[in-house]
Amino acid sequence: MDTMPKWADVILIPLINLILALLVSGLVVLYIGENPIEAIGILLDGAVGSTRGWGYTLFYATNFIFTGLAVSVAFHARLFNIGGEGQAAIGGLGVALVSLSVNWPHWTVALPFAILGGAVFGAAWAAIPAYLQARRGSHIVITTIMFNFIASALLVYLLVNVLKVPGSMAPETAAFPKGAHLPNAYEVLGWFGIPFNKFAPLNIAFLLAVICCFGVWALIWRTRLGYEIRAYGHSEAAAVYAGIRPFRITMIAMLISGALAGLMGINAVMGEAERLVIDSVQGAGFVGIAVALMGRSHPLGVFLAAILFGILTQGGIELEFEIPAVSREMILVIQALVILFTGALENMVRMPVEKLFLRLKKKAG
Amino acid sequence: MAMQTTEGRPDAAALSTEPAIELVGISKAFGPVQANKDISIRVMPGTIHGIIGENGAGKSTLMSILYGFYKADAGEVLIRGQKTEIPNSQAAISAGIGMVFQHFKLVENFTVLENVVLGAESGARLTPSLAKARKLLVELAREYELNVNPDALIEDIGVGMQQRVEILKALYRQAEILILDEPTGVLTPAEADHLFRILKGLKEQGKTIILITHKLREIMEVTDTVSVMRRGEMTATVKTAETSPEHLAELMVGRKVLLRVDKKPATPGKTVLEVENLSVTDIDGVQRLKDVCLNVRAGEILGVAGVAGNGQSELLAALGGITAGTGHVRLNGEEIDLTGRFSDGQSRRARGISHVPEDRQRLGLIMDFMAWENTAFGYHHDPAYQKSRLLMDNDAIRADTAKKMERFDVRPPDPRLKAKSFSGGNQQKLVLAREIERNPDLLLVGQPTRGVDIGAIEFIHQQIVALRDQGKAILLVSVELDEILSLSDRIAVMFDGQIMGERLPAQTDEKELGMMMAGMLKGG
Amino acid sequence: MTLMTKFFGAAAAVALSAGAALADPGLIIDLGGKFDKSFNEAAYNGAKRWIEKTGGKYKETELQSEAQREQSMRRMAESGANPVVVLGFANASTLDKVAPDYPDTKFAIIDMVVDQPNVESIVFTEQEGSYLVGMLAGMASKTGTVSFVGGMDIPLIRRFACGYAQGVKAVNPKAKIIENMTGTTPAAWNDPVKGGEITRTQISQGSDVVYAAAGGTGVGVLQTAADEGILSIGVDSNQNYLHPGKVLTSMMKRVDNAVFDVFSKGVDNFEPGIKVLDLKANGVGYALDQYNEKLITPEMKAAVEAAKAAIIAGDIKVHDYMSDDSCPVETM
Repeated sequence: MDTMPKWADVILIPLINLILALLVSGLVVLYIGENPIEAIGILLDGAVGSTRGWGYTLFYATNFIFTGLAVSVAFHARLFNIGGEGQAAIGGLGVALVSLSVNWPHWTVALPFAILGGAVFGAAWAAIPAYLQARRGSHIVITTIMFNFIASALLVYLLVNVLKVPGSMAPETAAFPKGAHLPNAYEVLGWFGIPFNKFAPLNIAFLLAVICCFGVWALIWRTRLGYEIRAYGHSEAAAVYAGIRPFRITMIAMLISGALAGLMGINAVMGEAERLVIDSVQGAGFVGIAVALMGRSHPLGVFLAAILFGILTQGGIELEFEIPAVSREMILVIQALVILFTGALENMVRMPVEKLFLRLKKKAG
Repeated sequence: MAMQTTEGRPDAAALSTEPAIELVGISKAFGPVQANKDISIRVMPGTIHGIIGENGAGKSTLMSILYGFYKADAGEVLIRGQKTEIPNSQAAISAGIGMVFQHFKLVENFTVLENVVLGAESGARLTPSLAKARKLLVELAREYELNVNPDALIEDIGVGMQQRVEILKALYRQAEILILDEPTGVLTPAEADHLFRILKGLKEQGKTIILITHKLREIMEVTDTVSVMRRGEMTATVKTAETSPEHLAELMVGRKVLLRVDKKPATPGKTVLEVENLSVTDIDGVQRLKDVCLNVRAGEILGVAGVAGNGQSELLAALGGITAGTGHVRLNGEEIDLTGRFSDGQSRRARGISHVPEDRQRLGLIMDFMAWENTAFGYHHDPAYQKSRLLMDNDAIRADTAKKMERFDVRPPDPRLKAKSFSGGNQQKLVLAREIERNPDLLLVGQPTRGVDIGAIEFIHQQIVALRDQGKAILLVSVELDEILSLSDRIAVMFDGQIMGERLPAQTDEKELGMMMAGMLKGG
Repeated sequence: MTLMTKFFGAAAAVALSAGAALADPGLIIDLGGKFDKSFNEAAYNGAKRWIEKTGGKYKETELQSEAQREQSMRRMAESGANPVVVLGFANASTLDKVAPDYPDTKFAIIDMVVDQPNVESIVFTEQEGSYLVGMLAGMASKTGTVSFVGGMDIPLIRRFACGYAQGVKAVNPKAKIIENMTGTTPAAWNDPVKGGEITRTQISQGSDVVYAAAGGTGVGVLQTAADEGILSIGVDSNQNYLHPGKVLTSMMKRVDNAVFDVFSKGVDNFEPGIKVLDLKANGVGYALDQYNEKLITPEMKAAVEAAKAAIIAGDIKVHDYMSDDSCPVETM
């Protein structure tokens, strides 16, 4: 019954959407009196034109993979987790506490505990909205948004009053011990003799993100739990008929979602900053929503969308650096246009393309 | 165009009067699906014209084109000989076409009068319209037995009454041609009889009526002419007096169909299900089931008759573990927890209760899941479906599904097809295959043939009877009295959440059951 | 494969250019915005003055979030900018980490000490300048109650407050000093609305001179003071012009001079180590111009100038809050 081949659905349509978004962005750049071709050149060159660019692009993409997966898992259970931002922030706190707690002998020892810390803290932060949804019917969109604010306030309190280095003025923790340093791309690729930019923040957490993509895929499409999550997401009434308990699924889906968001701390806090600062998430929790929407909640889609948003983020920073007239807000406009075209206006492209394929099919048949 | 068609059909030329409505060569495709294919039909004024066909045969599409919801890809509509464009429902109304939908389009918290006038107000002020409508309503009520209290709120009146409001709405808009889509689905037999009397009255006044239904009995009872549709095409138009139900069924399905259920007398064994004082209160605090007591024995079908919404759904839901209740339910003598805390759909299945829910699209299937995923639905803990403690064995499920699909003749037999891609009958067969093949002690089955084509009905009935003959207990809920009467070994009638009484099929008839269903006759 | 070589080529090119003699200086504007009329703007004015004087070019980028510091610093260093000036204490830990990776790039950090061979740490004796404006506040106050609005609650800002309080007490030992901080996060540097609210509260408690050491938040403090008809004291830049006749003075912290100096000396004359810009070095001071000349009487001016000379001579010691995290003068 499908009118289009799968490749058109998965690749062609997003591509057309992306090109449309870039065209409109080009008009915006033109409007402020800059050359759009040059701007896109700088953006792409800054994002993927060097190992430094890749190092940052993939670093940002790693953040977005974690938050995108978090939104996706919840979305399979039709739970709209807007709280990725807060869960990632609290996850980062967990990672920081683990990293600071012991003078770790080696990162291979520290990493499993840090993963546990980030996941548990992130999950715990998602648990309360999940419980309120499952038991009290408080809408999860509202509660998770609220919890973003609470997380932010809590982190400020802890960083200012509890975790700050005595005598220091900056609201940040002490630098993590050397043993908690995660190898970055330069070091990892160095083992294989591949040169890479020395200072780019891309680190081993990227591999963890890839593993999580695979894990989420297996969870959703290969396990009983994933089956129940999807069934519940498609129809709560039918799930109850089949003996799937809404409370259990709501809790588990949100815990997994929160844990994935919390793992972002491995990348941003342990992998890059090596200390906990205020606002370590930098809006990645919200970008994760766009990433999940664009990636259709499929890990592969999330992976690709995260890289796209990584390119936009890193390329945008470069663009801002090279052309001061293109301000931070302009970059946001471009990102918003991409979200608009790939998410909200998707059907605008889909309909004509479907018709086109139908006509081609009729001709062929 | 019209000339050619007339020439191509010599019998049409013989008719002297001009048709009230004529469709010529209507075609409509949705993507690759050809819903209507070159359909031509002529409906004479002052007649009741039935359109019958299986689900998905294209009846509703055809009527939607006539009412301006869809635009035909080809063909034209002639009203009283005039070629008429119907781009929207306003155009349909001004062409004198009125439509009564299967699902009523009424404003619940408006009065009857307000609903009738809604959208057809003359002028900015409401009062004159209301006064005019009130007068008209009184006249219509006298003429056609269309008695309704104009000041009652829609939410306070019954479905039969609501349907009359829909008819009044159409008449108020001066409809000359009235289309009714499956009008008896929600009515008691008595209400249906009443509706047919109204329709006959309207016919005598010169109105033209198109009746869409899948029920052969209704066609035989009220129509003058009947058109049969199959797979988007019009296969025949015949005079009702010159045909028989068997012949119509054959035209619909394309092969000979057995309309009666062929079954041996039951040989009931030990009691499998005992229900004692089962009560269910819904989330709004309304008591939906009141001290229901019944039992079902092995090798017997207990049919629960009743008008939709009288507690049958809640009975199935409580027994199937979907909702909690109070009272006692015993399966093979063992108590089942009703609080919902220790027992849900999973544990009921494990105890040997299979459940074919009333609403397969909302409960029984996940429409976006593939057939194989739906086959595991509710049984996804089955050890045969697991690869390891964590992973499901999707290949095994697909293989099992393919087997089940073959045994139950599900078409197309592709386990990777999504549930929503199957026709209603095949969806139902998927559910039945899943539940019956589990070899349960007790089968709960609700509306097994709702929205299912005649060919599949025959098959489904045979499967249910076969399960009974294996000595299993079956609790059947249906709003189709025909089905209850022909399948059940015992009949319980529900009204307002209570069991009104039990009857043996041989010792009762539709009339008595109908009275009990309406709550007018109580009997143990 | 060609693609890969291209990347490595590019990476190598970046590494090379980092040490190249292109050497436009760079400035990283801190959180709170370039035109905060205070700290950041002072730095920007220094850079602007350097351009006007030399006709040179410089690179500039503006921080958007706390977590972006490292990327901005590295980006600036890798773009070949040299020397690079970063503004504010919050950069210290990041710079400490980044500086060793770019040994050929010279960094200067304002308001904090980073002990690296290629870093110049520029600190100001804010307590001294604050002492002087505190004296002016004490003399100008009619109610005997003056107040202080800080930005983020950190020792550096307490140093401002403590110097101010000492100055007030020096001229009026019975004076009451109200001290409030806007917040505990960097957001407190850029919250003029809250600044205004705090000022209003202080006015209701009797304050008639308010000193704002709060970056962009101070704009709201000065505005409210002007609206409510009390005097205010600006900070960092000369803010007297914002509300002529209503701003008593400004505690000048010559961040502009610091930036100008670093830019002017360039790479060749770069001086690593700690540089203290005190009253003597004209690093801090109070502003007197056509906008506030009517507010400062000759007696006031004489008293302040005497104190200034005494401080420079070492006769008056203004206590530095950060030396022992406490202040000898009580505030409320």
